[in-house]
Parts: sequence; C-alpha cells; structure tokens
Amino acid sequence: MQIHFRHAAAAVALLLGLAGAAQAEQKELLNVSYDVARDVFKDYNPRFITAWKAKTGETLQVKQSHGGSSKQVRAVADGLEADVVTMNQPTDVSFLADKGLVAKDWNKKFPNDASPYTSTMIFIVRKGNPKGIKDWPDLIRDGVTVTIPHPKNTGNGRNTYLAAWGWALRQPGGNDKTAAAYVGAFLRHVPAFAPAGRDATTNFIQRGQGDVLITFESEAELIAREFGHGGFDVVYPSQSLLTEFPVAVVDKVVDKHGTRKEAQAYLEYLWSKDGQENAAQNYLRPHDPEVFKKYADHFPPIKTFTVAEVFGSWEKAFTTHFKDGGSFDQIYQVK
Amino acid sequence: MTPRRVNTESWPVRLLLCVLALGFLFFFLGLPLLSVFVEAFKQGFGPYFEALCDADTRSAITLTLVIAVMVLPLNILFGLSAAWAIARFDFRGKSLLITLIDLPFAVSPVVAGLLFILIFGRQGFLGDWLGAHDIKIIFALPGMVLATMFVTVPYIARELIPLMQAQGRDEEEAAVSLGASGLQMFWRVTLPNIKWGLLYGVILANARAMGEFGAVSVVSGHIRGMTNTLPLHVEILYNEYNSVGAFAAASVLALLALVTLVAKTIVEWRMAREIAMLSADLSIENPAVAAKS
Amino acid sequence: MTNSRKHRVLPGFGLSLGFALVYLSLLVLLPLAGLVAHGVHMSFADFWATATTPRTLASYRVTFGCALLAALVNAFFGLIVAWVLVRYDFPGKRFIDALVDLPFALPTAVAGITLTTLYANTGWVGSLLVPLGIQIAFKPAGIVVALIFIGIPFVVRTVQPVIEDIEQEIEEAAATLGATRWQTFRRVLFPALAPALLTGFTLAFSRAIGEYGSVIFIAGNMPMVSEITPLMIISKLEQYDTQGAIVLALVMLVISFVLLLAINLLQWYAANRHTQRHSERKPA
Repeated sequence: MQIHFRHAAAAVALLLGLAGAAQAEQKELLNVSYDVARDVFKDYNPRFITAWKAKTGETLQVKQSHGGSSKQVRAVADGLEADVVTMNQPTDVSFLADKGLVAKDWNKKFPNDASPYTSTMIFIVRKGNPKGIKDWPDLIRDGVTVTIPHPKNTGNGRNTYLAAWGWALRQPGGNDKTAAAYVGAFLRHVPAFAPAGRDATTNFIQRGQGDVLITFESEAELIAREFGHGGFDVVYPSQSLLTEFPVAVVDKVVDKHGTRKEAQAYLEYLWSKDGQENAAQNYLRPHDPEVFKKYADHFPPIKTFTVAEVFGSWEKAFTTHFKDGGSFDQIYQVK
Repeated sequence: MTPRRVNTESWPVRLLLCVLALGFLFFFLGLPLLSVFVEAFKQGFGPYFEALCDADTRSAITLTLVIAVMVLPLNILFGLSAAWAIARFDFRGKSLLITLIDLPFAVSPVVAGLLFILIFGRQGFLGDWLGAHDIKIIFALPGMVLATMFVTVPYIARELIPLMQAQGRDEEEAAVSLGASGLQMFWRVTLPNIKWGLLYGVILANARAMGEFGAVSVVSGHIRGMTNTLPLHVEILYNEYNSVGAFAAASVLALLALVTLVAKTIVEWRMAREIAMLSADLSIENPAVAAKS
Repeated sequence: MTNSRKHRVLPGFGLSLGFALVYLSLLVLLPLAGLVAHGVHMSFADFWATATTPRTLASYRVTFGCALLAALVNAFFGLIVAWVLVRYDFPGKRFIDALVDLPFALPTAVAGITLTTLYANTGWVGSLLVPLGIQIAFKPAGIVVALIFIGIPFVVRTVQPVIEDIEQEIEEAAATLGATRWQTFRRVLFPALAPALLTGFTLAFSRAIGEYGSVIFIAGNMPMVSEITPLMIISKLEQYDTQGAIVLALVMLVISFVLLLAINLLQWYAANRHTQRHSERKPA
C-alpha cells in the first residue's frame, strides 16, 4: 500500500512540476482581493486582457485570490506573491505599506485616494418594511433587532460601526459622547454578531434573524441574485458612510516578477470608461460622471460622508474604535 | 451473524440503546448531512452538476486528493511506529510522548497555520533564505501538505495505541520466540491484529486531511485554480453568494467520506472470503493479503 | 523498570521510537518552539496583561467549559453508538457506520453553516425547540452543539475496535458465574473499554478546545458571553497584532498541554494498576 502511494505522490509531484514549468512562459498577474470581489473582477479581467492585447500585443493571464480582506493582506505580507492588491479597507493596504511592500504614498498613486469606485452602507428590511424603518434612529426603537457582522473583526462590520458613529456625530449637537451613546444603544439591538458579511445575510434572509440587515449597497444586488428579487426592501438612510475599495501595486513583487508595467496598467484601467462601466454594472458607484449618469437607476441619491471627513483618517478611526481597548471594547466592558 | 447468546442485553435495553444511539446520530449527523444535499440540489440536478464541472471546483478536488495522498503514507508510518513503541515497551516519559501526539488536536487550526507562517513566511525564521533561493513553501503545495500533516498527526497513532495496549504483547512475543523475524512478526501477527484499528485510523486521517479548513486556509493563499482546496473553495463560493456551488462542493466532500464505507466493505468481504478459504484448506497461509488491499 | 528490560525481546523499539520522535519533532515540536521563541518578545507584565483581560478570561471559560460539556456528551453517546454499531444488527447499519466519519470530511465551515441553519429559530430543529423556550443558535448552547458534532468520531472510533476485540466468551463466563448483565458490564466490559473511552474523551475534548470554523457561525460571538478564545486570536490577527495572537495561542497551548498530560498520566496510572493486578494473578 505504501509503495503505491509513494509512486502516486511522486507522479503527482512530477506533474505539478511540469505544469509549473509550462506556465512560466506566459506573463501573469496575481490579483489578491477581498472575498466578494469575484463578480467585479470576473468581468473586469477579460475586458482588461483584451484591451491590453490590443494595445501591446502581449497576452496576459490574471490569477485571482479571494478571502477575508485582512487575512489576504497578511498573506501578502508573509510572502504570497501578489502583483496587485484590490481590497475593501484602506487600513489593509496601509498595513502593506508599513511592511515596505507597497509605496508609503500608495493612496496618491492613483486618483480618488486609489479607490476606483465606492459604495455605501444601506439597510435591508423585510418585505413591505413592517417595522417602518427609515433612518438610523429607528434602529434603536424598542422591539427592533439588527443583524450585522462582527464590528471589530470584519470590514463590513467596521464600516457599519463607523457609519452609525458618523451619523450620530453629524446630528445637531452631536459629539463623541452622543455618538458613543447612540452606538452603544445600537449594539444592544444586535443579538448576535455574524463572523462575516455573508453570514449576516444568511442569518437575516434564511434564518429570520433581525428586522434590519446593514450591508454594502453593492451587496444588496448579490443578495437579490441569490435569494430572489423582491424578497426584501432596500432602505436608504438619510446619511451614510462612503466606503472605499483601495487598490495598489505591490512594488516588491512586481520588481521581482518584472510585471510593473502590466500591474500599473491593470489598475489604471479600472478608471477607464470600460472599467468604470464594469463597476457600475456590479452596483459599485463609479467616479466617472457619465458612467454614473448612465447607471443612475442603480444608485439612488444619498448623502454620504467619508472616514477622512469624520474621523480624520482610517488609521485614526481604527485605533480609536477597533483596537483592543477602543470604543467598541468599552461598550462591552463589564460594569 | 452469531446466534443470540446469553451475553446480550434484554430487549428493552437493546431498544433503548438503539434509540439513544440512532437519535443522537440523527440529530447531530443525519440532519446536517441531509441539509447539505438539500441545499446542493435546491435548484435541481442541472445547476448541481454545472457547479461541479466548474474548472476551479475540479482543480480544487484534484488538489484535495493530491494532498491526502501525500499525507497519508507518512502518517501511517508514524502511527505504526509511535503505537509500536508506546504499546509494546515501557520507557520513561511515555505519557509525555502521548501528550505531544495529542497536542496538534488542541492547537487551534488557525494557530497551526500560523506556526508555519512564522517559520517559512517572508518575515519568518527561514523567510530570507527561502526568498533568496526562490523556494516556495507556504502559499504553495508544500506548505499545505505540511499544515495537513500537522493536523492529522494524532489520528492513526491514537487509534492504534489503546487497541494494541488492550491486545497485549503475548502473541508477538510468542512469534519472536518461535524465531520469526521482525518483519515476519509484523506482517503475520501485528498487522492482522490491528487491521481494523489501522483502517479506522486511516479513514479518520483521510477524512480530516480532505476536510481540513483552518490551518490550510492560513497557508494556502487562496489562488483560484491553483492553491484552493475543496474546503477553501466551498467557503469562497458561499461568500460569493453561490450557495448551490458551495454546497455541491461540500456534498463531494461528504461523499468522499462515505466512500470509506465502500473501502471498509471491500476489506470485510475479502476477509470473510479468506477465512472461508482458510477453513476450507488449512494449508493456505497468507493472512497479510487482506490487510494489504 | 526491570520488567521493561524483559519485554525488550520484541524488536524495533529504537527504530519505531526514533522515527516517531523525529517525525514529531520536525512537524510539531519545532514549529511550537518557534511559536514560543516568537512570543517572548514582550515583557512578562505585557504578556500577562494581554492574556488576562476580562474578555479573554471570559473566552477561556466559554472555550474550556463548552469543550468539556461537549466531550462528556460525546463520551456518553459515543460509547452507546459504538456498542450498538458493533453488537446489534439492523437495516442501514453500514451506512450509519460510515456516517460517523462525516464530521471530519465536512469542512468545518460547512458544518457550522448547516448546524446554524438547523438550530436557528426557523430551522428544522430550532423551530421545534422554540415553543419550549429553548434557543440554541447564537447562544453558548450553540457552541456546545457544534463541538459535539466535530467530536463524534473520536469516541466512537476509539471504542469501536476495542469492542470488536472483546471475546464474547468472557461475558459468557461472567453470565455463567451468575453475574447480571449490568454487573458484567460494570465489572468486565467497562474496565476493558475504559482506556479507549478515556482516550476518545481526551481527543474529543482537545479537538473541541481548538475548534474555530464550525463554532463561529452558531456562537453569536457576543463579547463576554459567547466568544471563544480562537475567535479572540482571529480578532488580534484582524488588528494586525500577531504578537497578541501568539500570546493567546501560547496560553491555550499551555493549558491544553497541562490538561492533556494530566489525563494521560491518569490513564497511565490506571493502566499500570490494572497490569499489576493482572500480573499478580498470572505471574509470567
């Protein structure tokens, strides 16, 4: 038995080796991304590859890696050879900058703070909105429960937390104290934290947990595709957080692979008409005004604020709220 | 099989035990399995098979099998060695050794992955050296094999140790004193005695090797079509709101676990045939055949 | 010790122990040593502070408490399942036998997702329990359910081969000598099964301590109430705080190691007493 296995293993190892050698001929990019990015890049990659071939005659291959955003950048820091990273939290890219893999001024290397499109946090409620939820204050009414992923450990949850905090802060007479009070009350209406955005959705849709699900505007469409349109209503609050999707070239890796030109072009193309259209088709808000207008029905008007406007910077927001001992932990401290 | 003898429980007790056992298994195993298949076939057979034919899913299945095939032989060898040393000899620190074998169980899979990152990662102990020689361990096959080896260390050994301890060493001592060589003793006495335990161990280790998620997830890099094992692929499909794809892939893993049923049945059948042959012709003497299959 | 010399008539002690030690050292000890070496880049005060915040302490209680409970449930039912699978015949037995391995093959995330769906208030099982006022999903009870699931194979599969190995003549002898079935079980069968049962319990327990994937879906993950330590480790990693994660990993490692060593020593002690009585009765 053992001998058989050893032969098989040797054969397999050989095959893998050959496959590796064959692939080395073609230039290839690895795009390391967050976990729901597939739909965006599934359509984007062929568009870019075609455009790049037309422009340079070079045939590119783009490999994809998907996973939790912070987990993905940790892998890149530990040696996963990503040519480019496309994330959903600026702190994740800053982490790579701290490790010297990405330029310190990465958010100046591309327009719009290196975020080719944006989204915002919206409410999803049960069909017909039986609890009459319209805005943030409705979430802390008696008898309303809210479903969100873990505010400390997930990008989706962090964005929700900052959106709630930012809304409270921007109310008349709002300050850190009133914001903390609001967010504290808000979290008491959350009976359980899902481990990720996707699981919060399942808890809400399939397991009937909560009256409101808070998630990315772009994800509402994915939810509709999976669970059927018309099973729920989307509510746009009076204000919400503008969420960013920062991208960066991983300098260390592209220099090693000799793919800087391709990597740079791959990300730049996200701002082209073609790239912006692709984003809009996936319900991500494009920066290009013409494209935005064309897909205006995807994007109802909403007043948004950025993390930089309200919290100074993502780094500051992160330290104040999500580090151990930050505002989130304080809300749950035993009295 | 055997006729009812005096040494069995009265029928109410038997009924109670059966109800308890089957009820427990139904609620904790049967229903979850059922719901995996219900989810996988929610949109009918077409989407199910489409999901399985997806190139990324197929490559994930292959990778999962490759890792299992590379991990198991070493694990069997280790399990046999460790069990032989522990169950057949007395030495100082035996409990310590057993505890070390158990330890990978208690190490959270995430930490298990982290262990290898700390050694082979870019910022790890060997990171610079590996980088200079362009050797990829983590975020490639070797790292995933290592992580799987780590989490499966205890299975076969821990399956064999209590069994071999219960059996005692008399038979093997007799074989040796009758002049059998070490290998002869192993093939003719030890292996036939422990074959069931070994088989269970292999089945468990195999299932775990194929199903491991946490540790492999940390060292995989999640590159679609390259370093995504089936469990990782399941997670990513689920997160992308493709639950049919996710549960279809999960059902494949469940089926792979049930395949062991077939393996076990074949072994049992060959054993039975062999015993029949042995009793028919006592001169036939080849008890190792069944165990080798 | 003089006893052990005599048993060295069997071959292969050096080879088998040597290989086992090398394998263990390379695969387990070396990486764990690396973890220890990495973890001590901070002062003891910092280490202690990180390891003993109220939330972390609560998570140790949840983790070890739920793991213990789940392992006890598994030991009880696992023994019954193993007995029924070996001794009784009923239709579909082979299928059920194969089912036992399922928790290993099913990725933990899938297990977590399906269990949550089943035990949520709208699920097949959860909806039955709601009228009784029992809520399992998103409560600590959910953690126990998930840990029971992942630990099932351990007890069943360690006890099963031993039951298969028991010669029924012994039970017959006991019965002939007038023992009731319960006496036979308590005096004859249970002592023979106990080491394997304890092994299974230990394995289920230790596996449950480290489990992450299946638990987080069903746990609810509320601070102080239903957060497990592996989640705290993940939380540290999500803050890019590898050091903090290593501290928690080390604490868990030490506690698990001590617990496992204690159980294994207990078992060794019990087995030794057993053998001594055995050899007194039947001097070799």
